[in-house]
Amino acid sequence: MSVQVENIRKTFGHYTALADVSLAVKSGKLTALLGPSGSGKTTLLRIIAGLEHADEGSGQIRFHGEDVTHVPAGRRRVGFVFQHYALFRHMTVFENVAFGLKVRRERPARAEIADRVHRLLKLVQLESLAERYPSQLSGGQRQRVALARALAVEPKVLLLDEPFGALDAKVRKELRRWLRRFHDEIHLTTLFVTHDQEEALEIADEVVIMNQAKIEQVGTPQEVYDRPASPFVYQFLGNVNVLPAAALAGAGAGRPDGGGLVYVRPHDIEVVPHAAGESGLPAILRYIHAAGPQARLTLEQVVNRETVEAEISRAELDRLGLRANDLVRLRLRQSRSFAEDYAI
Amino acid sequence: MSPTLAVSRPRRRILPGFGLSLGFTLVYLSLIVLIPLSAAFLRAGGLSLADFWATVTAPRVLVSYRLSFGVSLLAALVNAGFGLILAWVLVRYRFPGRRIVDALVDLPFALPTAVAGIALTAIYAPNGWLGRWLDPLWGAGVRRLAEWVPVVDWAGLLGTKLAFDRPGVFLALTFVGLPFVVRTLQPVLEELEPELEEAAATLGANRWQTMTRVVFPELRPALITGFTLAFARALGEYGSVVFIAGNQPMHSEITPLLIINKLEQYDYRGATAIAVVMLVASFVLLLLINLLQRWSRRYHRV
Amino acid sequence: MAALVTTPPLAGQPPAAAGRRVVRNPAWVRVLFMTVALLFVAGFLVLPLAAVFAEALRKGLGAYLDSFRDPDALSAIRLTLLAAAVAVPANLVFGVAASWCIAKFDFRGKSVLITLIDLPFAVSPVISGLIYVLVFGAQGWYGQYLDAADPALPWLQQWLAARDFKIIFAVPGIVLATTFVTFPFVARELIPLMQQQGSDEEYAALTLGASGWQTFWRITLPNIKWGLFYGVILCNARAMGEFGAVSVVSGHIRGETNTMPLHVEILYNEYNFVAAFAVSSLLALLALLTLFLKSLVEWRARKSA
Repeated sequence: MSVQVENIRKTFGHYTALADVSLAVKSGKLTALLGPSGSGKTTLLRIIAGLEHADEGSGQIRFHGEDVTHVPAGRRRVGFVFQHYALFRHMTVFENVAFGLKVRRERPARAEIADRVHRLLKLVQLESLAERYPSQLSGGQRQRVALARALAVEPKVLLLDEPFGALDAKVRKELRRWLRRFHDEIHLTTLFVTHDQEEALEIADEVVIMNQAKIEQVGTPQEVYDRPASPFVYQFLGNVNVLPAAALAGAGAGRPDGGGLVYVRPHDIEVVPHAAGESGLPAILRYIHAAGPQARLTLEQVVNRETVEAEISRAELDRLGLRANDLVRLRLRQSRSFAEDYAI
Repeated sequence: MSPTLAVSRPRRRILPGFGLSLGFTLVYLSLIVLIPLSAAFLRAGGLSLADFWATVTAPRVLVSYRLSFGVSLLAALVNAGFGLILAWVLVRYRFPGRRIVDALVDLPFALPTAVAGIALTAIYAPNGWLGRWLDPLWGAGVRRLAEWVPVVDWAGLLGTKLAFDRPGVFLALTFVGLPFVVRTLQPVLEELEPELEEAAATLGANRWQTMTRVVFPELRPALITGFTLAFARALGEYGSVVFIAGNQPMHSEITPLLIINKLEQYDYRGATAIAVVMLVASFVLLLLINLLQRWSRRYHRV
Repeated sequence: MAALVTTPPLAGQPPAAAGRRVVRNPAWVRVLFMTVALLFVAGFLVLPLAAVFAEALRKGLGAYLDSFRDPDALSAIRLTLLAAAVAVPANLVFGVAASWCIAKFDFRGKSVLITLIDLPFAVSPVISGLIYVLVFGAQGWYGQYLDAADPALPWLQQWLAARDFKIIFAVPGIVLATTFVTFPFVARELIPLMQQQGSDEEYAALTLGASGWQTFWRITLPNIKWGLFYGVILCNARAMGEFGAVSVVSGHIRGETNTMPLHVEILYNEYNFVAAFAVSSLLALLALLTLFLKSLVEWRARKSA
C-alpha cells in the first residue's frame, strides 16, 4: 500500500519540526528516511503512524489514496517499531506478540492466536524464546520481537524508528542485511528512519533525505549518491572536497564560471605527477594513509594552502611511487557545482 | 493563531484520558485541599488587623514561636549531622543487620506520632528506662551551668528535666525528623562514584581533603534539602510532642498546641490567626525546598 | 513530605561496591562512624519500639489481652479501619488520575499542580484539622448554612438538618481529615515512576489497536503496580496513625469518634498505661509490617532494575 504525505506541517512552540513536507512512499518498497538528528524524520514517521498530530489546518496523510489524517493510530493498520522497542516488560515474548490480536474487537480463537504468534516467531527466528521476558533478551532479539509484534496485526505499512540505533556495530550490520532479506520475503511497504547514511544506502530501495524540517532529495541510493541535488546531500552522503571554482580552471572541473564552489568526492580526484605542461591543480602531498584497500591522500593546494582529500587504489599509489611532500597535480573526474547563493 | 482560539479549541491528544484524569484531579484537589485551606485565609481575613496582630504577638504565642522554631532548628541540625553519618554507614559499609537498620530508618514515618510520644516518654521520664539515670544528670548539669554563667537563665532556656520539659520537645522533634536527611542523602551517596575519591587520591589529596573538598560539596545540596524537610516537619509536629513536653505555659508549649488550646476554648478566630502565621511559614519553607531541589540538580543537567 | 524523600529507592540502583576499595577512610574512622550511627539508631528507633512492647506486657499477657476486651478499644479499632478504608482508596484513585495526566501529557500549569499536590505535607496536622472545622463546624460555612434563614438550596438544608448530618465531631470529619493528611502519598510515588517509564509502551499498545482502557489496564497498571503498592502502604500507615488532624475534628467522644491513636491518648491521660501501650503495640505492629512490606517492594525494584 502506498503512503502519501501532503503538505504536512508540525511546530512545537517556536520550533518547526516539519515545514510543509510532501512525500510519496511507493507500495511494497523499502524506503529510508535519512537525515541528521533534528531534521524532522522521526516526527514525520510518528505523524504517518498517527502517534503525533500535524498542525491544525496543514495537509493530509493518505494511505493508498484514502485520507487517514483523522484516523486514530489503532485503526490505521500500521506496524510501528520503536527505537527502544517499547516491549511490554511484564509480558513474555509470546504475550507481547499476541497482544495486538487479543485486544481486537473480534478476538480470534485462542488456538488461532497461538498459531499466528508461533508462525511470526518462526519468521523472526525466535521460536525457542517464546516464554522469555524482554529483560532476558539481547538487543537484536528484542528488536525482532518488536518487529514480530508489529507484524501480528497484519499491518499495511511497516514503520521503523531508528531500528538499529540501539544496537552495537556488529549486530547492527547483521540485522540490517536480515531486514533487507526479510523485506524481500514479505514485500510490505516499509519506511524506516535512520541517521546512518551507510545503512540507508545499503538496504533501501529508495532514500528520502531530510534536513532542517524539509525534504532535500528523494531517489534510489545510486541516484542520491551520484547526483546529489544540493550541497547538503553531497556533504551528508560520504566525504566531499569543496573547492573554489576559480582555482580549478584547467583542472577538469565541470564549467568553472569564475564564481561558486565545486564539490568533488575524494575518489573522483585523479592524482598525476607534477610535470611541465601538465594541466591540473598543483598540490603538495602531505600524508599518505595506506591502511586498507584504498589509500587516502591528504594534500595541500599550492594556491591557497587549503587541504584536499583524495582516494586512490593501492596499485595506483605504488605505480606513482608517491612520497610525502611530493608536488603533484590534481584532476577532477567528476564534480558538481551549485549556484553560490545555495544555502548549505 | 490568536490566543482566544488556542484556548477555545481543545488540543487533540494521542493518548486518551487527559480530560477525564485532569478534571478528576482538579475537582478532588479543590474539594479536599484548596477550598478547606482557603477557608483558613478567608476566616482570618474577617479579623481586624489589630485583633490579628494582638493575637499572633501575644507573649504566650511569642514564646511558643521561639520554642517551635528554635527546637525545630536544633533538631534538624542534629539530624543533619547524625543523618550524614548514618547515611554514609548504610551506603558504604557492609555489616550484619544493615538491611534491618536501613528499614528501621523509616520508623518515624510509619509509627503513629502518639505512640512515638508515649514511647519516648517511657524512656526519658524520671522513672523511665534511661531517664532514671539521665534525668538527674541533666538537672545537675543545668544547675552547674547556672552557677558558672549566672547571666543566662539556663533553667528557662534548657529546662531542668528531660521529659515533661523543653528537652522532651527536642527528643520528639529529632525522632520525627530522623528519616529525612538519611533518605535524601542515600541516593546521592549511592550515585557518588568511588572513582571520584580515587581520582582525588591520585592527585595527591589526603583523606581529609578528599572528604571535605570532593565528597562533601557533592552531598551539600541533598544535605540542605534533607535539613529543610526535617525542619518543616518538626515545625508542624504535634502528636509526639504533647506527651513529652509537659506543656507548661510560657515555657514548653509549642505553637500547634496553642491552636488546639484556642479551639478548645471555642476561640476560632485566635486559632485561625495563629494557623495563618504557621501556614505562611510552611509555604515559605515549601517554596524554599522547591528552589533547593532545582538548585541541587543544576550540576546534573546533561 | 515523607514521600518526597522516600521516592528514590524505587528507581533502584544497586549500592556502590563497598569495602573492597583501597581509597577509603581509615579503620578508626570507620569504627567511630559505625558506633555513632548505631547508637543513634538504637537510642531513637530501637529503644522506643522496644519500650512500646515492654510497657504493654509489663503486667503480663493477661492484662495485655484484657485491654482489647474494652468495647471502646474495639470501636476505636473499627473507626480507624473505616477511616483508612475510605481515605486510602480515594487517594489511590486520585493518585492514578493525577499521575496519568501529569506524566503522560504536557499542559500549562503542570508544575503548579505538582506543588499543590504536595501542599498537605507542608501543613501542620493540627491546621489540617482546623481548616475542616472552619468549613464544616458550627461556626463554619456549613454550620452557618444549616442555620441560614435564606439558603440557596433550601431542600438541601432541610435534608441535612432532618438527618442531623454532622461532619465535625463526627465520623465524616475524621474521614475527611484523614484523607487530607494522606492526600499526596500515592500521587507522589506514581508521578516520578510514570515519568521515568515514559509513554512508548502505551503508544505501542495504541498502534496495535488497543483502546484507552485496555492500554491502561493491560500496560500501564502492570508497570506501576509496585509503585502503587508502595504508595498505598505508606498512605495506609499514615491514615491509621494520624493524630493531630483527627484530634481536632474528633471531639473525643468515647466509643464513637475515637480512633486508635486518640484512644491511646485518653488511656494514657487516665494513667491506664498498660492499656495505652497495648493499643499502641497494635499500631507499632502495623508500623513494622509497613516497614517490612516497604523493604520488600524496594528489594524487588532493585532486583528488576
